[in-house]
Amino acid sequence: MSILLDAGTKVIVQGITGREGTFHAEQMQALGTKVVGGTSPGKGGTTHLGVAVFNTVADAVKATGASASGIFVPPPFAADAIMEAASAGITLIVCITEGIPIQDMIKVKDYLRGHPQARLIGPNCPGLITPGAAKIGIIPQAITRPGHVGLVSRSGTLTYEVATALSAAGLGQSTIVGIGGDPVLGLTFRDVIELFEKDAATTHLVVIGEIGGSDEEHAAEVLARGTRLKTVAFISGRTAPEGKRMGHAGAIISGNRGTAKSKEEAFRKAGVAVAETTDQIVGLLK
Amino acid sequence: MKLLEYQAKEVLSSLGIAIPPGRVAHTPDEAAAACAELGPVAVKAQVPVGGRGKAGGIKLAKSPDEARAAAAQIIGMEIKGFKVPLVYCESALEIEREIYLGFTVDRDARANILMLSAKGGMEIEQVAEESPESIARLYPNPWRGPLDFELAQLVYDADLGGLARPLTALIKKLYRAIPDLDAVTAEINPLVVTKKGEVIAGDAKLEIDENAMWRRKDLEAKYGSVLEGDPYEVEAKKRGLTYVSLGGDIGIIGNGAGLCMGTLDLVQRAGGRPANFCDIGGGAKAEVVENALAVILMNPDVKGVVMNVFGGITRGDEVAKGLVAARDNLKMKVPLVVRLSGTRAEEGREILKQNGIEPGVSAWEAAQKIVELTSTAGRA
Repeated sequence: MSILLDAGTKVIVQGITGREGTFHAEQMQALGTKVVGGTSPGKGGTTHLGVAVFNTVADAVKATGASASGIFVPPPFAADAIMEAASAGITLIVCITEGIPIQDMIKVKDYLRGHPQARLIGPNCPGLITPGAAKIGIIPQAITRPGHVGLVSRSGTLTYEVATALSAAGLGQSTIVGIGGDPVLGLTFRDVIELFEKDAATTHLVVIGEIGGSDEEHAAEVLARGTRLKTVAFISGRTAPEGKRMGHAGAIISGNRGTAKSKEEAFRKAGVAVAETTDQIVGLLK
Repeated sequence: MKLLEYQAKEVLSSLGIAIPPGRVAHTPDEAAAACAELGPVAVKAQVPVGGRGKAGGIKLAKSPDEARAAAAQIIGMEIKGFKVPLVYCESALEIEREIYLGFTVDRDARANILMLSAKGGMEIEQVAEESPESIARLYPNPWRGPLDFELAQLVYDADLGGLARPLTALIKKLYRAIPDLDAVTAEINPLVVTKKGEVIAGDAKLEIDENAMWRRKDLEAKYGSVLEGDPYEVEAKKRGLTYVSLGGDIGIIGNGAGLCMGTLDLVQRAGGRPANFCDIGGGAKAEVVENALAVILMNPDVKGVVMNVFGGITRGDEVAKGLVAARDNLKMKVPLVVRLSGTRAEEGREILKQNGIEPGVSAWEAAQKIVELTSTAGRA
């Protein structure tokens, strides 16, 4: 089994006719994801990649019954796209777009409080994949394999790196979720870990955190209460200098919580094995 | 984008907030002239980091000669890695009391938080730790901003009821920096109440969201190019790269911030000192790789470069071909170790090997290899 997404999930792609949207929608289809349509304002009524294109998400949901959406629209339009999806009743919204202004995302978070059915993943994230079944986003299928490790991460390429190592070691994944690197985002580590906890097919858990914010500390609090998942955590940026921006807007050291040290200590205190390099993750998980 | 104090004050002034009279001085003579015009001034280093007072970056000057001497000392000094390019000469205020006012993004709450405290002026972080209740807080609704009664509550919570009227008006003005300017952090500490009862911004910090620059082009044009301490960071920005100088001698390139940070950690672990953080983003297009290498090689301290590329959908052999071309175009002389993984990585590694570039299978192996190669180069 898996969390959030399986082969039966009906997915639409917002921005399906764009370059990114087209490329990744094709990849999603190649894995077998049930892509039932897409949106592109002004192109409603046409067909693209073999599926119907709609002007709005509401139209697409009405016609296809989609419950999930992948968003591939440029930053100036992405916040509105998320709210549009929530308003149309989509329950899983995955926003890949990088570079959305923070103030736009703060408005989105406030808006989503009025749409509790909508779970947002991202923005600025690689999305999620249930290996062998379906994906929304850009995680390459080739590096994954079906299995029982739940993987949740704030970083994109680091997720790929770890997934590659897990797959090579024969440790398949139930679902891989890239929650994104922005300071204001949808699902947090804690939310995703709680979902894995409830998923019978997930027996192991890998958490890939990053300096900045205190989401990792909150995740450690949840794990400290007891978990049936054999868990390994890794924090990137342990040698990053304080106060320097490291690309992800989120990766800024703030206060005592937020440093790699604080995060690693929180996980150790919770009884979670902490890998000091990504190479150690597989060994610690076995 | 972090604004310098004088820039932040210019912005506050444009929002209708009172600031002390001040002049920017690029030279000691300009500082002397400013003092001659304004009377006694504080000569303040302009750097985008805190702690400049403790670092000797603020001096009081009663006469033009003193201002000249102070500026001569401060301009060019280094504060937390930033060379001071200019000073701001500002009239001293007659202080009755000092207040703290600021807003920032509360990452846990995923919201803006406005903070007000009667205990301004001193180390506000210490106040936050020792008596958090003395900092009043408000999470304004992001769609409509703070309402009058909410601001009144904030002011009374901070035990500043006597100043309710001027403070609520001022906070409303400061709040405009969020919707109008995409500010993510603003801080007035101290917010000075003068002996005459005026409320004036004694210091100012302002940071504008980099992600919002496309709709804040005026701010970028005005303040974007004035300074970013480090020449390599400036050059990298021009080339559209995410780059941070770190002072060591091993250049680091990765695609994706997390992978890049992970590589930095590994190089440090292997005993090396990273010269930089350089994230070339997803994919690894040949011209982007070449741009990144070009910036890193501008730094004469760099004795070697390690590159960690995950080619998920990007093909490893194409990345390798681009890399070889970039190295040749740049006539690169220092060692280059490349860790390539993902689609067609083996073909990619073969191309690298044929062209004299060290491929690493794992990131840890690559990190160790570059540290070894650069320390040998250092001894030779």
